[in-house]
Amino acid sequence: MTRQEMKDIIWNGLWKQNAGMVQLLGLCPLLAISNTLVNAVSLGLATTLVMTLSGSAVAAIREVIPNEARIPVYVLLIAVLVTIVQLLMNAYVHSLYLVLGIFIPLIVTNCIVLARAESFASKNGVRASTLDGIAMGLGLTAVLAVLGGVREILGKGTLMSGLDLIFGESAKSMVITIIPDYPGFLIAILPPGAFIVLGLLIALKNWLNLRAEQKVREATIPAATPQTA
Amino acid sequence: MSRTMAKASLHTAANLLFFTLIGTALLAVTFELTRDTIAESEEKEKMKLIGQIVPETAYDNDIMKDVGQVAADEMLGSDEATIVHRGRLNDESTIAVLEAIAPDGYGGKIKLIVAFHKDGKIGGVRVVTHNETPGLGDYIDIAKNQWITVFKGTSLENSRDRDWKVRKDGGTFDYMAGATITPRAIIKAVHKAAQYFALHRGELFKPVAQDPNVAQDTPAENKKASGKEKTK
Repeated sequence: MTRQEMKDIIWNGLWKQNAGMVQLLGLCPLLAISNTLVNAVSLGLATTLVMTLSGSAVAAIREVIPNEARIPVYVLLIAVLVTIVQLLMNAYVHSLYLVLGIFIPLIVTNCIVLARAESFASKNGVRASTLDGIAMGLGLTAVLAVLGGVREILGKGTLMSGLDLIFGESAKSMVITIIPDYPGFLIAILPPGAFIVLGLLIALKNWLNLRAEQKVREATIPAATPQTA
Repeated sequence: MSRTMAKASLHTAANLLFFTLIGTALLAVTFELTRDTIAESEEKEKMKLIGQIVPETAYDNDIMKDVGQVAADEMLGSDEATIVHRGRLNDESTIAVLEAIAPDGYGGKIKLIVAFHKDGKIGGVRVVTHNETPGLGDYIDIAKNQWITVFKGTSLENSRDRDWKVRKDGGTFDYMAGATITPRAIIKAVHKAAQYFALHRGELFKPVAQDPNVAQDTPAENKKASGKEKTK
């Protein structure tokens, strides 16, 4: 794996092929749990962990599995990994487990995990697939974080509420109240808010891409279009 | 032709079987490794809730271990046996923590624990699990709002039947605008649980059965024992 390949994998995961904004896979947890920053990041990281493990596991056994049986084996692998992560979270970060609840086992049904196993890990080596899992997972986590943060500010006027559920009572003081005495804006907390904010995010990304493209075009043929300046 | 196909299928099946076995083994190991920790944290979680509604001065026994089985009962909303935790002070029964279910929440069942003092006064109510709408009906959760503490001190004596309703319906309980189905369900469930407690007080405080399974195996003995308790 060359440096350039590594860079490509990371860039694909974080931006170009971002799971949340470009592939639009795994919307179920994205929409449901991104109502606060803490929830969103927690589920994002759990998904990242599963994707990293499943990516490396699939890449490691890809030579052994017969082609016809590969999908069931991937699904089996992912289900096993998610269950292990769920058991571990239940045991060691119990309060976070209570918050994320049903959404942890639902990582199994998050199609981004299977999609990466099938489209990337089954064709690449262990190291590249592990890196792909991390990059894709972190890309998803970043989108979740922005979604969660925006929805929480709009919906509740706070940031990082619920942090005490992970780090204990002392973390309560770390909750940031952006807008004091905020009456709340329910639609931002409910799933429709997630759709709206996600739509805006995608629009922003497309706009940024377009602008970057335009800059490139202007830079390569500056003499041809003098009037745009 | 069919022979090679059969062979290929067998190969695939063997592969699947192999990975299934590995997966099962991995899961079994993780389950065994985490089982005790999980049971511990679940107990801690429940203890935390019980600790909020049972005053520490009301008991000196191990309230988590002092449990009895409660048969399924419509008044508790349960369709299978639940567990009662019993607190005793100097071997005198003082408080019981019942599990109750409000079946008609906006998002389905709401699981509650309700602590009753021996005189029937409610020590407190906590929601254990629920599926109410986030931001709307979830103020019943103590982590979100103090509303659920309104039950503290209520009893069948100091609240008549028609009081066990939200203000909107002519009762005495406050609620939050926008979500009345949720508090209605909880108030009804707590009211019913209070009636259940009034009817079954004696058996709920049945003397220590070290192991709930043992208690189940010897009902006759326990009945006798509970009779003694009553006459005492």
